[in-house]
Amino acid sequence: MTLAVFFGCTFIAFGPAFGLFIFTIARDPLRIIILIAGAFFWLVSLLLSSLIWFIAVKASDPQDERLQKGLLIFGVMFSVLLQEAFRFLYYKLLRKAIEGLVALSEDGCSPISIQQMAYVAGVGFGLMSGAFSMINLLADALGPGTVGIHGDSQLYFLTSAFMTMVLIFLHTFWGILFFHGCEHRRWWEIAAVVIMHLTVSGLVYGVKPAPNQDPEALQDVPVPSHPSPPLLSWRQDWPSPSLQYLFSWTVGPQPALVGQALGSSCGSQPTGVAETGSLQHPLRSPHKTPQFWGT
Amino acid sequence: MITFMNNSDSEEEPCNERTSLMSAESPPVPSYQDGLQASEAGEAQAHRKRRAGSSRGPNNITGGETSGSGVPVRESALENEEEELTLKYGAKHVIMLFVPVTLCMIVVVATIKSVRFYTEKNGQLIYTPFSEDTPSVGQRLLNSVLNTIVMISVIIVMTVFLVLLYKYRCYKFIHGWLILSSLMLLFLFTYIYLGEVLKTYNVAMDYPTLFIVIWNFGAVGMICIHWKGPLQLQQAYLIMISALMALVFIKYLPEWSAWVILGAISIYDLMAVLCPKGPLRMLVETAQERNEPIFPALIYSSAMMWTVGMAKPDTAARGPGQQTWDAAEDGREHLRSPSHVESQMSETRSPVPTRPVTLEELEEEERGVKLGLGDFIFYSVLVGKAAATASGDWNTTLACFVAILIGLCLTLLLLAVFKKALPALPISITFGLIFYFSTDNLVRPFMDTLASHQLYI
Repeated sequence: MTLAVFFGCTFIAFGPAFGLFIFTIARDPLRIIILIAGAFFWLVSLLLSSLIWFIAVKASDPQDERLQKGLLIFGVMFSVLLQEAFRFLYYKLLRKAIEGLVALSEDGCSPISIQQMAYVAGVGFGLMSGAFSMINLLADALGPGTVGIHGDSQLYFLTSAFMTMVLIFLHTFWGILFFHGCEHRRWWEIAAVVIMHLTVSGLVYGVKPAPNQDPEALQDVPVPSHPSPPLLSWRQDWPSPSLQYLFSWTVGPQPALVGQALGSSCGSQPTGVAETGSLQHPLRSPHKTPQFWGT
Repeated sequence: MITFMNNSDSEEEPCNERTSLMSAESPPVPSYQDGLQASEAGEAQAHRKRRAGSSRGPNNITGGETSGSGVPVRESALENEEEELTLKYGAKHVIMLFVPVTLCMIVVVATIKSVRFYTEKNGQLIYTPFSEDTPSVGQRLLNSVLNTIVMISVIIVMTVFLVLLYKYRCYKFIHGWLILSSLMLLFLFTYIYLGEVLKTYNVAMDYPTLFIVIWNFGAVGMICIHWKGPLQLQQAYLIMISALMALVFIKYLPEWSAWVILGAISIYDLMAVLCPKGPLRMLVETAQERNEPIFPALIYSSAMMWTVGMAKPDTAARGPGQQTWDAAEDGREHLRSPSHVESQMSETRSPVPTRPVTLEELEEEERGVKLGLGDFIFYSVLVGKAAATASGDWNTTLACFVAILIGLCLTLLLLAVFKKALPALPISITFGLIFYFSTDNLVRPFMDTLASHQLYI
């Protein structure tokens, strides 16, 4: 974990959004206010939907797994619908604001158009949504621990980061589409946004989950001391064979010893290592197995 | 109305941070306005000027109707432009306050998260005498309410004392008090803070270096805050002392008492600023009657200077001169309406003597907004407490942060509408408290469950 994962995941998740912020929003105070207000509206919608979910959960039997799962899905759907409702409310508020700005300006046109507001509102929603999804994970990524040591996917942080980035973009685009639909009274656009949002939120549920659900539990696993049994268990379905070649020096089905594969030959090697795995030079043929360990 | 920051504080005196927001321009003093308008044009201007802030529609209309004479048209156009500029730069003022508030909160949250000292319980202030270590919930609640009553009464007493001192012109006493309190903040609290940060990161520093660093920091701080200095340096120092004070509060206020105190002080702020006999309102009115600025050590000012050139825009000449700004001269921004170029106005308003002021130039001071340091402190206390005690960690902190910013935005909007000093605490603290408790108890389990299933909403 540590700093590399932290910075990597932070920039994957928030890099594009911060780029958008810095280059398009940060210069104009009005846009910053609209951004923060958009974030606030998203937050309020989240609050109300978690209130409903919380009441539902407290009123139901905590032992019933299926019911809890059903309630969670219901919570997600309700939250999505509420978010879109608040997006609509925000649209109404911004329309009024534009009318006010037009009335106050000397040349009869507002300093910011509804399309720009739509974009900024979308970024606001997206940033807040991404931040709420990702920040706790990032804070955990700074601490000690090993991802996936209980058999879960060790790409948890990475997939979360990518998903967050995607979601920020999606919120931005949905904001633009939604406002456009509201402006031109095209209800099918609004319906399309809502359906897309529901689909995306529901789709992710179908892809995973891993058995050990609590990311906090990952921190309790002590980091094994070096040299030691494998730190990571590589999956056999690693996407690219070249990458596999580069990162795992294995003969047979044993897991790779990544720590040792990186060339450390200090200290005494556990006997298991010398027997099972052997180091292969990446540029040589896999059949030659030179022994690098000083024995 | 004005923010008062009785920085005296330490643990021996409480901060009577009463907070509020004041627009940089004071409401037009009738006699001056009358004199001005009488020298300009007819009485058609008079009522329009007084109602300048409240509604812009009628002003436009009345401005159009008096288009008979040339001068009213010019003035109405200028006034419309001025009003539009006021609103157009309203967004800018909001950002000018967002940035320091955000910086203060970032400093406080970063310190809370990294330095253990400020989250350890090491006793309480004498202003919160009742302990919260009782087993029963009712007793604990009662103790926190009693603590709040004690704290708020101390604050009220201090504020009234300060207002009385100000009314009876005991300026030396007040200045001495303020200097003493900023000395304490800039030297003692900085020393403690630096010590704890060094301990956290296990960095050794020898005493001579420490002495030099603290001495320089403190001395420059005293000069910047109480005398003259670059505006941004002064702002930086004010942010730092607010952060230090907030950290002291976070450390020494017991859990529940802190929340009740936050609620109570926003109610107190509301009453002190808006009630006719409220101490803060009396302070502001007295200051405005005397045309004096409120003590510079208590208020964060975001003012800067820029020029609207009519005949000769001459912005280049202004660049370097703008940054030095006497803190005490912020009060001169109450001269709010330079749409007519008056030589006497130009003279009184230019603190930079090197710049020649010509009649062709319209020189307009950017109307900065002022925010009391107590506001900074209590905002940071709320966010810092959220960072320190919320089990949901960062989500709660982020939610409180956004809530406070939105509250500040709304308060500034009200300021633009009402054009008089307003309390800055109530709306923000209310939002902050609502969001803290609801995010910590409702949103956190929801988001945790979603995260464990990798669901994204």
